[in-house]
Formats: sequence, structure tokens, C-alpha cells
Amino acid sequence: MSVPAFADLLERLVFTPGRNAKLALLRRWFETQSDPERGLGLAALTDELVFTAAKPSLVKGLVAARTDPVLLALSHDYVGDLAETVALIWPQREGVNAPPPDLSEVVETLEVTPKAELPELIAGWLDTLDASGRYALIKLLTGELRVGASARLARLALAEWAGKPVEEIEEVWHGVRPPYLPLFRWLEGKAERPDPRDAPVFRPLMLAHPLEDADVAKLEPSQWRAEWKWDGIRVQLTAGPGGRRVFSRAGEDVSGAFPEIVEAMDFHAVLDGELLVIREDGAVAPFADLQQRLNRKVVTPKMQRDFPVGVRLYDLLLDGAEDLRPLPFDERRRRLEAWVEREKPARMDLSAPIAFVSFAQLAEIRAGARAASIEGLMLKRADSPYVPGRQKGLWWKWKRDPLSVDAVMMYAQRGHGKRSSFYSDYTFGLWRPDGNGGEELVPVGKAYSGYTDQELTWLDRWIRNHTVSRFGPVREVEKSLVLEVIFDAAQLSNRHKSGVALRFPRILRIRKDKPAEEADRLENLMNLVEKGTAEAAD
Amino acid sequence: MPPHPETWLRVTPEGLHCLPGGFTVDPVRPVERAVITHGHSDHARPGHRSVLATPETLAIMRARMGEGRAGETQQPLRFGEEVMQNGVSIRMAPAGHVLGSAQVCLEWKGSRAVVSGDYKRTRDPTCAPFEPVPCDVFVTEATFGLPIFRHPPPDGEVAKLLRSVELFPERTHVVGCYALGKCQRLIALLREAGWDRPIHLHGALMGLCHLYEELGVPLGDLRPATVAEKAALRGAVVLAPPSAVADRWARRLAEPVVAIASGWMRVRQRARLRGVELPLVVSDHADWEELNRTVDEVEAPEVWVTHGRDDALIHAMAKRGVRGRALHLIGLGDEEEDAAPGGAEDAGAHAAAAAAPAEGAEP
Repeated sequence: MSVPAFADLLERLVFTPGRNAKLALLRRWFETQSDPERGLGLAALTDELVFTAAKPSLVKGLVAARTDPVLLALSHDYVGDLAETVALIWPQREGVNAPPPDLSEVVETLEVTPKAELPELIAGWLDTLDASGRYALIKLLTGELRVGASARLARLALAEWAGKPVEEIEEVWHGVRPPYLPLFRWLEGKAERPDPRDAPVFRPLMLAHPLEDADVAKLEPSQWRAEWKWDGIRVQLTAGPGGRRVFSRAGEDVSGAFPEIVEAMDFHAVLDGELLVIREDGAVAPFADLQQRLNRKVVTPKMQRDFPVGVRLYDLLLDGAEDLRPLPFDERRRRLEAWVEREKPARMDLSAPIAFVSFAQLAEIRAGARAASIEGLMLKRADSPYVPGRQKGLWWKWKRDPLSVDAVMMYAQRGHGKRSSFYSDYTFGLWRPDGNGGEELVPVGKAYSGYTDQELTWLDRWIRNHTVSRFGPVREVEKSLVLEVIFDAAQLSNRHKSGVALRFPRILRIRKDKPAEEADRLENLMNLVEKGTAEAAD
Repeated sequence: MPPHPETWLRVTPEGLHCLPGGFTVDPVRPVERAVITHGHSDHARPGHRSVLATPETLAIMRARMGEGRAGETQQPLRFGEEVMQNGVSIRMAPAGHVLGSAQVCLEWKGSRAVVSGDYKRTRDPTCAPFEPVPCDVFVTEATFGLPIFRHPPPDGEVAKLLRSVELFPERTHVVGCYALGKCQRLIALLREAGWDRPIHLHGALMGLCHLYEELGVPLGDLRPATVAEKAALRGAVVLAPPSAVADRWARRLAEPVVAIASGWMRVRQRARLRGVELPLVVSDHADWEELNRTVDEVEAPEVWVTHGRDDALIHAMAKRGVRGRALHLIGLGDEEEDAAPGGAEDAGAHAAAAAAPAEGAEP
């Protein structure tokens, strides 16, 4: 019964917006399914189960042989997605009594079946399944399973189900393979934790708490080390005899997107750093550039040329097989510097320490850094060991003060999940000359956070009472409400009508007191764009 | 030789008009004489002078429109009975769509046409099952007239709902369903599945449920959702109109799991646009196989398609030697459950689906 059971899980996960509900669905899957089915299901959800034999064209051929071409075309046109069309239109055969396959049967049979026999095999399976089972199988075989449940979420569900800290699971995750039998045995208390040995596994990252200005006075300058907090993506590089991996902050393997980094990892160590797009002159490009490189399985040489990436190193976790994590930060930093000196890795450099004698001085340095690629400062206690997660009092992030504009709400859209009945996403704009001697609003961004529950309720009511037109899920509102919007940086962008993109915009307050005509102008925002990022943004 | 129905049954701006009988079936504008197949508001409209329909349909029309607007004179016609109107014989045969829903069987000078209204072939505990009537011309809908529409057994969908209630006992399951037919059918299916706890209803659904009970369809313990405490609705099943489930009304519910029961839920993109967490494929319309099976069973050499996917159905019938004709009747499929999410006219183009989101369901 396993492919139908998996199809059920898949369907619920796809339609469920809530994180807690997704976790509950996954926990139940681990609880109710037997081995190896539950592990294979887990692997399918986390993209660890890869089939290459069945291409979409094979499935297309199968359905074309079984349906009227006109009806198939009309149906495909209506549904849009080919796999879904096939799943829905597949003719149910009378007298098929064979039970639907288990996931393990699918996996094992595919491995040993000659290519020429694949169509018949897959058609036979499709005959035994209902529409949602067929959909799951086709998506699984063609590698297009997009569920909205990340591997991180799956590991959290495993941790909740087994009552273990998620970090312990993360440390072995990349060292076990589907169907993860040793992992499940350990989680059920039937065996020791699997030993990944040399396998390139993820070690959970050490994270920082935000530092409020008021807390700064309590810190003793000599006990703290400062460096820039770069606006890239935090990565862990792990390389050794067992292989090389680039892991994201959440423990996803993103090696495929950054082949030039993997190539440069000709060493045996585990490092913590920031992945950045770094220009030839050494300038760090804005985050928008790095975004071009994210979420890709393959990268073209052109992408690599246009958006060259490098890693700015923060920390050394393992040197060879030696685990440095229990050592104090100062000691690890000394080892990191020596390691860089010794290895001279390509595409990597040291995150520079910032010398300071007082926090007043440091605050000045922080305020002086306006480059868009700097989010603020990191403060690390000199004696802090490297511990997973966010432990209070060891590391602080001291972000720059956000920038702000007073903008006019232009459009509103409903949110998702708990917010599906609320207009919670707002497009806002600023004034600029309309070319006819008047003024017009141009949209500059979209914000869907920052407000309180009460403010959201107020905004929702205001939007419903001030709608001037509707476009599908979007309402255009009267241009009369001013929102104070804060954001971390403004960057030039040719993908936006206004020519500028905001980094992490959110609503600070509703300015009921301010008439819309007095909201900011586009040129006010342009003045906040950092010099030097202009060429980098194109 | 009997006259071809084409000569005595015509499409007029009012609807399908019987010339010798002087009446119109399911007219979209007020007429002198109307024959009504069933109580959904795109078929039963107010303001006709005389109305002929089954007793149940007449009762539903009175309840929905008020006594005065449901026809100045009402003439009930039970299943199996016959009346003559200017030499045209009129009989009603069950259509299996909602309570009281009928196929209008017309016969003139030995030529027979059956106007089936909306219908389905799946079992429905709240109404009489469809009866195929052999005829010369069969007039059919084609709301789900594409081979991708095959409704799964409804008890399986109800079981899916109950499994979810079991998995999320602290949340309220709110099911969007149409006030006439779907709502009562869901309740009856839940009762059959052993759900004997109270079922809570949005205010707009209460009236027709009471009417069903008066007409002899028991629905069990029904309570208004509006007065219940939020906490009291944890683990409860609440039924509401589709437009209410994702809007302000639903905020009174405890972490609602939003379900919608409709044939359209078979297509994922449709369900996703409606913000549905639990799509339930339960329809009161014939699916693709039912449409084709019905056409074959009535053995009509010619089939007229009132609305829906006439292109696909006519293509499929032509391959079996049945002549199809698209009537393009306007006004059908606009109001009740046969309305595609976002409007009937988008039922063809999936591209339009992107622009036809939950808003289309708002009142």
C-alpha cells in the first residue's frame, strides 16, 4: 500500500501551509510506516532519491498510446502540468487486481530493469494506482517532486518524533543513505548513533543573538572580538578523504550551485564562512547578485564569469581530523590564520578582525560602514567555544540601523495559511514626476511583516473599505495611506520599474497622521542607495 | 414520420423553448410558463407567471425566493406522472443531482426529447437516482466534460476528511460547500461514515437543511457555528459556503483546516488558488465517464450540450456515431456549484486560472 500512502502524505504536504501541521504529518509518517518505506519516503521528500531512467517523454509516450489525441490536448491545455494531466486522464483498466507497488519495489525494480522494458513496467504500475498515486509516481520518477517541505523540516520532524535534539540528527544526516535504516534504528533506541567516519557531514552552525544598543554598555571591550557581518549566505565547507560539500546554514547541500568553490576545496578541514559574489577589484557585490547563483543545480560558465563567488572565512571547526570546536575563539582564530597561511586556498580569504578599544569607537565604525554588502558587525566572545545553535552571551550580531522611507500603500494581497483571510502583503510606492508636470506614484517594494496583530486587523479593514479595483487576488487601494517602511539596504536594480530594490522591507508603523502627498519621493530613496553599487547591480 | 425535435424545441434568449407547448425549460428571464429542472439559482429564477416542477423543487424555490417570487401559480408534477400542455406530454424523471432534481421528458407527435438539467450517476443518499429515458434528442450539461474529470467514490473523500479530523483533533475542519445539495449530501455521507457528533453550520446553510429534513431527509444533530465558542469547535466539522471558508467569517474558528468539496478540486492548481488545505473531490455533476455512459444508455442519435466542455464531449460522441450540437446556453453554470472557480467562462483556459483566484468566490 505504500505508493498510495506516500501519495496521501504528498498531497497533504503540498496543500498544507502551516509548519506545525506539516511537522505533524511527517511525524505520523515515521510513526506509521515500516522500514524501508518510511526512509524511502523521507528520501523522496528531501530530494535524496534520484531516478534518471524515466524521462517525461517516456510518460508522454505512454499516455499518448492510450488516449485520443484531441482529448489529451484539450485536457493538457486545461490542466497545464503534464504529469498531472497524465495522472488524471490515465484510463482505468478493468480487471487490474495487482496491488499497487511499494516504494521499495519501485526503487529496486527500476535499478535492474533494462531500458527497453521501462515503459511496460511503468504503465503496469500506473494501472494499479489511483489519480493521486499516479501523480506521486510520475513526479517521483521524473524527479519533479516539489513538496514545500524542506530537508530541514523533515529533520525537525524526525527530531520531534524521536525526542532527540535536531543537531544530533544533522551531524549524521549527510553520512547516512536512503532508506536510513541505521538512523531509524538509533532514533528508536535500538542501536548506537551511526558513525559517519570520513563522510562529509554537516555540523550545525553556531548562531548569534541580535544585540540591542542598550546592552552594549554591559560588555567589557577586552573580552570581545569584532568583525564585519557580510550580507551573503552563511556556508560550511567540509572537505577530506570522504568528499567535499558546501552546506547552507540549514544544512542543505548546495555544492552543485558552486562548482568553483568545490574545486578550490583541496584540503582536509571544516570551515565556517560567508559565500559572497566578489568582483575582480575585491568589492563585494550586493545580495541581489548572489541571488542569481542560488537554487541552481547546474551553473553555466557565463554565470560563473558574471557572478564570481568566493568565501570569506570566519572560523575553523576541524583541522584534518582534529576537532577544534571546544577551543576558545581566540585559539581557533589563531589556528584559522595559520591554516590559511599554510593552505593558501583559492577563492577564499580571511574575514578581517576589527580593532577597537571602546564600544563607542566600534559604534562609530559601524555607523561609518555604508556598503550595501555589510549588514553590521559580529561580536564574538574571546573565549567562546564553537557550539551549535544560538547560545546567549557568546556571539552577538549588531546590525546597522535600518533605513526608512514614508511610502504610500498602492496594492494589497491576501496572505497564506493563518493570514489567508487577511490582506497582509502590501505594495507601496513613492512619488516621482509623471512627465506632464504632475506627480505619480511608482511602486518600490512589497512588505508583509513588521506590523502587530492589531495593526494587521486595522489595515485589513482599511483595505476592504478603500478598494478601488480588483485584479484577481490583488486589491488596488485608494492612494491615501502612508506607511513608514524600514529596510536594510537600497540597491539599484533594472528588474524593478522604479530602478531600485529594497533589502528586507517591513512596516515600522502606520502613519495615519500623514497626508499621502507628503510621503517621500523616489529621489529621497535614491539618495540612500550606496555609491559604488551602481555598476555591480547591473 | 415524427417531427425532429429541432422543429419544435428552440433556443431563444429565454432558454430552451418548446414551441407547441408554449413553455421554456429553466428560463433565464421571467416568462409566462416555465418548467424547472431543479432549485439551483442558475436554473430556477424568480418572476415567472406559472411554474411547473417537482413538489420538492417548488418547495426549495419558495424557501429561497419567498412565496410571491417563486411563480404566481405553481404546478407540482411528481416523478412518473404526466401532464399535457397544448398536446405536448411532460413527464419528470429523477436526475440524481439534488433533492427534487428532474429530467424534463417531452413528447410531441411521437418525437421525444429529454432535457436532463444537471445530473449525476453516483449514489446520493439525499435524492432519487438518475433514470435513463430513451429518446430522440438528449439535452445534457458538460460541466465536467473532459476526460481528466473522474470523481472518486465520495465515501473515500469523506473518509479522507475524517482521517484529517483524527490527525488534527485540536483544529476545526471547515468544509466549503454549496447551500443546496452538496451541503446536505456531505452531512448524509458523514452520517453514513459513522460521524454522529453535531455538525455545525454557517447561517446561510441552515434553512435548506431544515427544509430537507421536512421533506424527509434526516440529517442528524445540526447546530449553528456562529454561536458556538471557539474552543467548542476544536475537533468539530463545520460546513459553510465556499466564499466564507477563507474569509473573515472563518476567523472565529480554531486554527481551521480549510476544505472545499467540489468536482473542481480534482485539479491541483484550482485547489491551490482557493487556498484549500484539504481538497475533497465531491461533485453533484456527472463526470466524464458518467456523461458518456449516460449518452450511450439513452440511445439518442443526437445530443445537445447546454454548457460546459461541449468541445470535448461532442468530439468523443462523434467517434461513436452520435451527433452532437453545442447550444451555448447563456446563464447556466454561473451561480451554483457548476460555476468554475473564478467564473464559468474560464473553464477552458488554464492560463486564465492564474487570474481567477479566491476572489471569484466572494459575494
